[in-house]
Amino acid sequence: MSASSPLTFVNIRLVTPGGVRPGALRTAEGRIAALGDVSPEAGDLVIDGKGALLVPGLVDFGVFAVDKPAFHFGGITRAALMPDQSPILDLPSRVSYIAKSGKPDLWVHPLAAATRGLGGSELGELALMKEAGARGVATGRRWIADSGVMLRLMQYAAMLDLVVVSHAEDGGLAGAAAATAGEMATRLGLPSAPAEAEALAVARDIALAEMSGARLHLRQVTTRAALDLVRSAKARGVAVTCGVTPAHFMLSDLALAGFRTFARLSPPLRSDAERLAVVEAIGDGTIDVIASGHDPRGPEDKRLPFSDAEPGMAGAETLLAMTLTLVRDGVIDLPRAFALLAATPARLLGVDAGQLAVGMEADLALVDPEKPWIVDSGQMAATAGNTPFDGQPTQGRVLALYKGGAEIG
Amino acid sequence: MTSTGSSVGTGRFPAGRLAFPHRDLLGIAQLARHEILYLLAEAEQWVELNRQRSKHSDTLAGLTVINAFFENSTRTLLSFEIAGKRLGADVVNMHAAQSSVKKGETLLDTASTLNAMRPDAIVIRHGSSGAPHLIASKVDCPVLNAGDGQHEHPTQGLLDALALRQALDDRGEGAEDFTGLVVTICGDILHSRVARSNVLCLTALGATVRVCAPPALMPTGIEAMGVEVFHDFDAALRGTDVAMMLRLQTERMDGQFVPSPREYHHRYGLTRARLERHAPDALVMHPGPMNRGVEIDSEVADMIDRSIITRQVEMGVAIRMACLDVLTRSARGVPGWATEQAGGQWA
Repeated sequence: MSASSPLTFVNIRLVTPGGVRPGALRTAEGRIAALGDVSPEAGDLVIDGKGALLVPGLVDFGVFAVDKPAFHFGGITRAALMPDQSPILDLPSRVSYIAKSGKPDLWVHPLAAATRGLGGSELGELALMKEAGARGVATGRRWIADSGVMLRLMQYAAMLDLVVVSHAEDGGLAGAAAATAGEMATRLGLPSAPAEAEALAVARDIALAEMSGARLHLRQVTTRAALDLVRSAKARGVAVTCGVTPAHFMLSDLALAGFRTFARLSPPLRSDAERLAVVEAIGDGTIDVIASGHDPRGPEDKRLPFSDAEPGMAGAETLLAMTLTLVRDGVIDLPRAFALLAATPARLLGVDAGQLAVGMEADLALVDPEKPWIVDSGQMAATAGNTPFDGQPTQGRVLALYKGGAEIG
Repeated sequence: MTSTGSSVGTGRFPAGRLAFPHRDLLGIAQLARHEILYLLAEAEQWVELNRQRSKHSDTLAGLTVINAFFENSTRTLLSFEIAGKRLGADVVNMHAAQSSVKKGETLLDTASTLNAMRPDAIVIRHGSSGAPHLIASKVDCPVLNAGDGQHEHPTQGLLDALALRQALDDRGEGAEDFTGLVVTICGDILHSRVARSNVLCLTALGATVRVCAPPALMPTGIEAMGVEVFHDFDAALRGTDVAMMLRLQTERMDGQFVPSPREYHHRYGLTRARLERHAPDALVMHPGPMNRGVEIDSEVADMIDRSIITRQVEMGVAIRMACLDVLTRSARGVPGWATEQAGGQWA
């Protein structure tokens, strides 16, 4: 099937920003042409959704690997790639190469390295990288310790209207920590850092964003103190958004028991009280984005003593199902779930996608939100099965996925 | 009833393998109170043997014990080596430089290699917390944790309990466990696996445990392990029955945690004057190696009536003999100790 042949989805429930409603949706020339009370036109390929949800393809904001099978399993049609690659995305040529790497059925939006080699001192060539396809600028999985560098970065990014994606953990406190300070880290004897390392970093980055006028996106905010800072900054009108991955609203540091390295994450898992603060912040709108943080890591990185293992989880396949647990628990409704998973990340990246509206790119997923399945680290589509949700029963699966109006096989 | 392979009288402990149903000894945290007491009771026979002129037993004859030490150690390695040899095992020491096992799969590859040589027990010391758990998942024989990172050092916790119980017995204050006893552990609690194993072991046996350190060397949330937290050593010592001193583990410190050894000694050093003032009857313990003049003064360390530091070392051999004996019973086919997988590694 070519992208140019129009599709009409019938017998579906449309998840639009305004609500969930039965209807139909028609695509033409790779974009959404009409939705609602729509009938197929002659020559259309008609797809009977049999009552399934039709949702926007997920826009995964902040992944560490381009892992197409995992993204497609998870309903992800666009992914913003963190600059922590080998080699690091700190040159226009690398950005340009990555920007084309997934097409046509996965669009990768590179996030340019804020500083050369992510070293935290010399600014990257942001304007050139933007022209090469960068959709944002990121500090990587580390904090820029020098506040002067961070201010100049934000001023420059504000001029270019690039969102600044920051990793909010005060480096001096975080050090080589592998866990959050607390009973679990103490019992397991793991190097740990106080949870307050996050709030310290968030406070500084918000102050700098206010000074510079930059759009700041805190990729993961996982503690009550830091979420309070974001909440009050938003109330003041600061251009700050923040995200989280399902691990931090599903799990606490109890998951570290037995030195399970699949639960070694950055930032580390927190106490259950912090987890509940994250759930609350998703519910009240403080958290804007839920992303997978997809970072498949094989045994060479994970079959190690806990603190020697690399942080990160393969999260693309479980992103949708874990987010749907928030819907079933009544924390959010379906339209808001897809704002968190698609519309807001698309807006931050400045791409015409992420919601069911006329004129948007026809990145679509047919979803059965109730379909039960069991996460199995040995049976993952990802290049590695390092999921902290291994063995967990869950619900919600993608039945079919379309990028630019073409079905992904 | 057939022999359990144990010198322990019947009735006090569950029969056979039920007395100690673990394949590995990875930490005190995995042990119930009666399992700790069982290992202590088992060690008593080896204390006796170790005081004979001929210190040999054939209990582990024909078995191979590998001491795989990925971190420098003198006393613990020696203690395990002597323990294995006195039980008649073939003991092999493997010194692996920490640097060569930090990367990639090498640690598990090393474990596979050791496993392929069909040892009957592997003793692991490693600089990373949890390393023995990882190795235990890869090998077919019992694994004994001889100290992992900042996590646990279970045989140290056991030997300290045995030394303490004997010292109390000598004073006529002996009992099976430590109910009512107040123990103060002072020093670098944050970086100490000895502290964690001792906290778990002593609290399991009924003692009240105080931990004392400057705030930077006190792990967050340790009160959840059932201890009282002190930053003032004088207050912690007041009314204590045992003062267990730990050294500053500068090799694990990333940055400066105390201003100077002199200042540390001023606030946290165990001096004779301090001991006389706050705890004139207290016993003094130290897992070694000691930094005399920093956490403990020489005249305290060498007090014949109060310091049980050398007894701790002596009990170390007996405890390790007991652990090696108990953990290999299943593979040795001791009646009552069979498991479904018994002998599996030779199948």
